[in-house]
Amino acid sequence: MKESVLFERVILGSTEEAKDIILQLVNLSAYFCESRIVKNINLAIEKNKVTSIMGPSGCGKTTLIRCINRMHEMSPGGTTKGEILLYGKDINNMNAIEVRKKIGMVFQRPNPFPTMTIYENVIAGFILNGIRLPKNIMDEIVEDSLSKAALWDEVKHNLGKRGIYLSGGQQQRLCIARALAMKPDVLLLDEPTSALDPKATAKIEELIVQLKESVTILIVTHNIAQAARVSDNTAFLYLGELVEYEPTKKLFTIPRDKRTEEYLTGKYG
Amino acid sequence: MIMNNEVIIDKIFKGSLRAVGLVLLGIPLLLLGVMFFYSLPSIKAFGFRFIVGQTWDPVKGMYGGLPFLVGTLLTSLIALVISFPFSFSTALLLSEYLEGGILANMLKSAIELLAGIPSVIYGFWGLIVLVPLLRKLEMTMGIPPYGVSIFGASIILSIMIIPYASTMSREVMRLVPGDIKEAAYSLGGTHWEVIKRVVIPTSRSGIFAGILLALGRALGETMAVTMIIGNKNQLTFNVFEPGNTMASVIANEFTEASDTLYLSSLIELGLLLFVVTAIINFLGRKIIERYEIKGDDGALLNE
Amino acid sequence: MSDVLIKKRILKDHLAKLIILAISIIVVVPLVLILGYLIINGLASINLDFITNIPKPVGETGGGILNAILGSGIIILTALILFVPLGIGGGIYVSEFSDTLLSRILRLSIDVLQGTPSIVIGIFTWVICVVPMGRFSALSGSLALGVMVLPIVLKSTEETLKLIPMELREAATALGVPYYRVVLKVVVPAGLKGIASGVLLGTTRISGETAPLLFTAFGNPYMSFNILKPMSSLPLVIYVYATSPYDEWHKLAWGASLILILLVFGINMAARIFFSRRDGR
Repeated sequence: MKESVLFERVILGSTEEAKDIILQLVNLSAYFCESRIVKNINLAIEKNKVTSIMGPSGCGKTTLIRCINRMHEMSPGGTTKGEILLYGKDINNMNAIEVRKKIGMVFQRPNPFPTMTIYENVIAGFILNGIRLPKNIMDEIVEDSLSKAALWDEVKHNLGKRGIYLSGGQQQRLCIARALAMKPDVLLLDEPTSALDPKATAKIEELIVQLKESVTILIVTHNIAQAARVSDNTAFLYLGELVEYEPTKKLFTIPRDKRTEEYLTGKYG
Repeated sequence: MIMNNEVIIDKIFKGSLRAVGLVLLGIPLLLLGVMFFYSLPSIKAFGFRFIVGQTWDPVKGMYGGLPFLVGTLLTSLIALVISFPFSFSTALLLSEYLEGGILANMLKSAIELLAGIPSVIYGFWGLIVLVPLLRKLEMTMGIPPYGVSIFGASIILSIMIIPYASTMSREVMRLVPGDIKEAAYSLGGTHWEVIKRVVIPTSRSGIFAGILLALGRALGETMAVTMIIGNKNQLTFNVFEPGNTMASVIANEFTEASDTLYLSSLIELGLLLFVVTAIINFLGRKIIERYEIKGDDGALLNE
Repeated sequence: MSDVLIKKRILKDHLAKLIILAISIIVVVPLVLILGYLIINGLASINLDFITNIPKPVGETGGGILNAILGSGIIILTALILFVPLGIGGGIYVSEFSDTLLSRILRLSIDVLQGTPSIVIGIFTWVICVVPMGRFSALSGSLALGVMVLPIVLKSTEETLKLIPMELREAATALGVPYYRVVLKVVVPAGLKGIASGVLLGTTRISGETAPLLFTAFGNPYMSFNILKPMSSLPLVIYVYATSPYDEWHKLAWGASLILILLVFGINMAARIFFSRRDGR
């Protein structure tokens, strides 16, 4: 496939090592009607690593990841230009529903389905699609996903309780388990801890680092410290443009762009 | 784009929803069309004279609608005038004076119950209780004791429409911002003065919308009116005489209408009623839209 | 400011409060009177005989309103079966596609339909159902009542679905659930309570309606289960008996009125108890 040659040559920031690239954004722009929010982004995401997309509010980072799971087009006036390649295939040419099964998303505010139990929430992806699995397989998926989301021990005796009776942090981990149950290739996290207290935040950050072994993670955050703690690579977005994209250690210690440096030192927020 | 089952089903689903929308749109359009089409014989025969003609004579084939237009106007307007102090007072009481508590809830429930009583029961009760009372009154007044009369119908109607104006006015008054009321209080105003100078002027258009809604209801009210108004097809401004409204004459004579012109004239009355009610309701809703009111009894406000 | 003037203003204030209170309390009087008469006279007429028999001919005592009770049930049920799905479907359409031209026109026309006098709806149904069929029928009565319940169900469905938070849809969509399933398996089930209470409220509205049945279902002194023939109904018998000159029939009218009002208020209360209101009040 010609795509693999492309991958060999991809420039990850300033390094030229061949990387294992799972997702690639090529000249990606996103619009709301006439106004361009995301401007011509080229980005290569490494497999089984945590990549954070960081930037001040309004810089387009949420819009960006909503393009990746084809949710941006559902907003009024939302359109995109450019390509998003998953394993070399442009997801814009794929069925949006298929895309979302391979690229999962966890949202800013935990949103478990209020009428479903914890058990049902985890396998909601199957239930809502009318996919009926044998009970033992469902049990397996539920235990596996909840374990990966570091929630299994806390709820294993209460799987029949409604999802909304959990604390905020637990609800968010439930949402992560729900997304993981679909066995996605990529997991998008849109500011997953901004609505949570510090303790819950710490637990989820711990979880993210563990999760990258099984799934590639893309996390949007406006919390600079979180990006530093959690991610392997960091992309800095400003006013819709990709300013800098480096391995995290490098970006935080020797940023190449003045704007990155100013953001890191808190000149704007 | 790879088409598979789900995408096709999505398309079918969206298409079906649109189809339902279209079909439903057809119903009111069909209604308008039917009413208009079946009024045509009468419109062709009488034209504008239908509205000013005073004689309604099925035997001679002469159909003038003025007696019913006047009857409708009289009953509705009198009902509005009688009911207004009550709807206004209850609205004020429940929004300005009583915040909660047993009395407030009882009054709210009472108003809701009044709105829920079927029209035919109002009519029946009116026949048994109100009409004899009116007869006694008319005898002491020295006028013919019909009992059944335009006035009687207006009284029953006024009771029936109190809830509509009351609830609407109450909701609008509750929306008056607290800070301008506090400003008035801090200048030394009494409660009544704040109501008179701030609450009422601010709620004015909403109160008017409530009146319009009540009027719309009164215009179309059929059963209670037809049971109490006396069903006499005469043009009269004497409210103690029997008469008829557009709605009540249709209810009374529709099944007996033997020829096309008779039926068509009745239907034309229905068409006029429909158009007038639609305009008044439309005006009322336009005013409400500006407030974007969510009532605590959505069912009542949606009338 | 002079003392006298202030005293005058305070007096006015108290007076206003008193008058408003007095006038408001008067509003309760007709309610008490009507319900009182209903209960007292109605109870006197209701016995086992009353609800298990059909009316006797003029001049004979006794008889009941069984045919009217069953008739009401059949006509209302048929109306609901025919028009509630349409109303819910329309409500889903209007809330999902709220910006389209069709949606806006539909909302406007449904509003007009809701404000239409019930006698006009009776005429409409007479034209499109009774005339082609050549006779009065319960079916035409159901059509008339159905047209009246349609706007209520549609609007309460729309209102309920509009309140379902966007996040619920997004959570389902992000899991790869197709649109039609998001609507049918997530949004609508989340709104079921509101939709059901709207249906019940609509039912109470049409249960008491008489005018639309006057020249559609028309009424029937005998028992009938045939929707293609005229059928009796509670509001219709109340009207006929109330306006008759016979005391016997007036008694029947009181009994029927009490039963009707119990039905109407009963469903209303059931709706409020079982479906807590959307805004939590």
